[in-house]
Amino acid sequence: MTTRSSSPLRGIDRRSFCKLLGGGIVVLVTARPAELFAQQRRRGYPEDLNAYLRIDENGRVTIFSGKIEMGQGVQTSLAQMAAEELGVGLDSVNMVMGDTDLCPWDQGTHGSMSTRFFGPAVRAAAAEARTVLMNLAAQKLGTPRGKLVVDNGVVSNGSQKVTYGELAKGKRIARLVDEKAVLRSVGEFKLIGTAPKRLDGREKVSGRAKYAGDVRLPGMLYARLLRPPVHGATRKSLDTSKAKELPGVTVVEKGDLVAVLHADPERAAAALKLVKAEWEKPAAAFDTESVHDYLVKNAGEGEAHVSRGNVASVIDGGSARVIRSTFRTGYLAHAPIEPHSAVAEWKDGRLTAWIGTQGPFQARTRIAETLGLDEKSVRVITPFVGGGFGGKSPAPQGVEAAQLAQMTGKPVMVMFTRGEEFFFDTFGPAAVVKINSAIDGAGKITAWDYHVYAAGERSAEPPYDIANVSLKSYAARNSATGARIHPFATGPWRAPGAGTNVFARESQIDIMAAAAKVDPLEFRLRNTSDPQLIRALKTVADAFGWKPGAGPSGQGRAIACSIDAGTYCAMAAEVAVDRKTGAINVKRVVAAQDMGLVINPVGAKMQMEGCITMGQGYVLSEELNFRGGDILDRNFDTYELPRFAGVPRIETLLIANERLAPQGGGEPAIVPVGAVIANAVFDATGVRMFRLPMTPARVLAAMKA
Amino acid sequence: MRKSIKFTLNGRPVALDTDDGRTLLWVLRTDLDLTGTKYGCGEGICGACTVAVDGTAVRSCQTSLAAIENKKVVTIEGLEHGGNLHPLQQAFIDQGGFQCGYCTSGMLMNAWALLQKQPHPSHAAIVDEMNSNLCRCGAHQRIVAAIEQASKSGGAR
Repeated sequence: MTTRSSSPLRGIDRRSFCKLLGGGIVVLVTARPAELFAQQRRRGYPEDLNAYLRIDENGRVTIFSGKIEMGQGVQTSLAQMAAEELGVGLDSVNMVMGDTDLCPWDQGTHGSMSTRFFGPAVRAAAAEARTVLMNLAAQKLGTPRGKLVVDNGVVSNGSQKVTYGELAKGKRIARLVDEKAVLRSVGEFKLIGTAPKRLDGREKVSGRAKYAGDVRLPGMLYARLLRPPVHGATRKSLDTSKAKELPGVTVVEKGDLVAVLHADPERAAAALKLVKAEWEKPAAAFDTESVHDYLVKNAGEGEAHVSRGNVASVIDGGSARVIRSTFRTGYLAHAPIEPHSAVAEWKDGRLTAWIGTQGPFQARTRIAETLGLDEKSVRVITPFVGGGFGGKSPAPQGVEAAQLAQMTGKPVMVMFTRGEEFFFDTFGPAAVVKINSAIDGAGKITAWDYHVYAAGERSAEPPYDIANVSLKSYAARNSATGARIHPFATGPWRAPGAGTNVFARESQIDIMAAAAKVDPLEFRLRNTSDPQLIRALKTVADAFGWKPGAGPSGQGRAIACSIDAGTYCAMAAEVAVDRKTGAINVKRVVAAQDMGLVINPVGAKMQMEGCITMGQGYVLSEELNFRGGDILDRNFDTYELPRFAGVPRIETLLIANERLAPQGGGEPAIVPVGAVIANAVFDATGVRMFRLPMTPARVLAAMKA
Repeated sequence: MRKSIKFTLNGRPVALDTDDGRTLLWVLRTDLDLTGTKYGCGEGICGACTVAVDGTAVRSCQTSLAAIENKKVVTIEGLEHGGNLHPLQQAFIDQGGFQCGYCTSGMLMNAWALLQKQPHPSHAAIVDEMNSNLCRCGAHQRIVAAIEQASKSGGAR
């Protein structure tokens, strides 16, 4: 056992833990998916329990999960899985999520992993609880287990009935499941595969749903912090005297942390304007337009991820038709509508923080480290999170609120302004992809030489049968010094790097299809033997009404496909391009997705629609403008999110594949959006777009070139 | 300027003795403890802070207390009646017109104000009116469907 605390179950003091949870029946699951297990071990985290579930004497079921709800609907889908295995109604299930005192340690909510990896643990816990309850019922009713049926939390032997609540009453049973539980099979499902109303609906439409910024504590102060004008700036002077003169203002100065606090957030903002500071700014090495050359020029040795056959002999051999392309994408803001927010309270030697974060346990660690506390002295509670998309995995505002609460002895709220949100975002990185590929006379791809700079290699591997493949990934680090190239923080942005990789790959596939004068759907089918991919492509083509023909047809129709987070997605789109303005009007997008067993089909479709809609942004309008460490876009006036008028007609199809365990749902459908629209622009105009976003100015320039 | 400001909030009279230059959004969220109205951008661009003043949708982050004196303010907390959801709220649930829920109050208030003026708007009119509100999760298509449902079921109440 390590001494490091990770959850209330450290030391497996199950007795006191169950006391904390209350009476009834508690099931703890250690069975965890091998992948997560390995990941945790690699990072040095303790091997710990994965899910808790309690049934109390009222028959209510509570699931304790370290995951958080940020709109992806996992609160509902996890409850659905538990209710299914237990044989209770969904309304009997409470979810306690993202509370580090009550929930098992979790690595954070990201990577389309909640349903894939956490779902099985919830199902196992619930299945074990059902076994415990059925054994109790068998005793109580004097009937063998096999003759009992359960419906909506009521166990019956035909003549007598007993409820789960009655069985749990007065009991203190804790079970540790360390083996795979017997789960219900597809044919037995009553709740899995259905679309009940979301558990968070009523709260969210009534304004009662609480986000971190809605927490109110007596005596709470709103903090505003002094921020550098550009990333990398050094403060040369500071004068807080004018701010201190305002009544009710508290000023905190400790190293780089300079804050003004007031009970009224507007007064705090006014006080911050009175704080004077001078800064030394570093010179800008590159900007929005020069970043791509800079990335390539300064990249070090790439890391080979795939090396198969002999790419060079085909590409340089002189006999094959070789196509060489370079694709570029810009930095992307996560831009959730809820800015990073946190409230912290220091009380009786303990720090409690309510944080809008995708990683409550990681926030707890950072707060404990920063404040010099044991992790046991820090509790992070995660209310509803108002969108994350990867941007709320770090929680700097939580650490700031905690520091200020400790220093002032009062509860403190830190809510980023929109300007701070844009400044401190961990942007999806700008990236470059270079592809050299070859085709033979039969329209078969014979070589694939792929180089990706700064985006990483997620979803980069081509799902095509190519004998000669080289895939290299170059980190954004200076080749000489090893220092990071990006002038500001970057991080995962919904399906990190996959959108860039698939934009490049599926564009290149289309370029090759056009060069071979082959229909782009036929070209893909000719080059793959993956049955799931073939089925996804055919499904989307049918639903779209695909008319075969080599591009460009002038109709603005195209296809693209991807595999991400275990999920296959094929997408077709129709666009019109305004030849005067260069504006792209995406009229229709059809997507077919094979994600294995679907827990909640409407929830899954909402994620697909969300992906396709959000995708319109990075494909058509979103790109962070910057000059070195200076962030030029600080609000939605210049950084343009998709709006109602720009949302195409979206049709989504789920391909039945119940024998495959649930795969990712929150990210896969955003991945092929860039390629499908770029390919449709080509089909409409004959012009190939190599850079995202495809702004009207860029389309116009490409058409004139 | 400090003064006594009177207005109607969700059908009830309110009198506040405070600086009338303060912003409605923050007065709602602090003094009045109505946190359903959200801060999103602070510049009236995103619409998360939308409330209705005398039946018209306004951005509460751009509205001073002085501007609402003697007027009728409706916030998201004012849509329910006697514990029953407004048809528009029910339609958002039925159609799945939200994901993270953070823009939802503003969306609902903008749509509510639209239906007050125009009980049966066309699809194009809905898109046009809602175009000024931002949603990052991508619930747009379902939000439009929800407004259409509410319009059909008498959402202009």
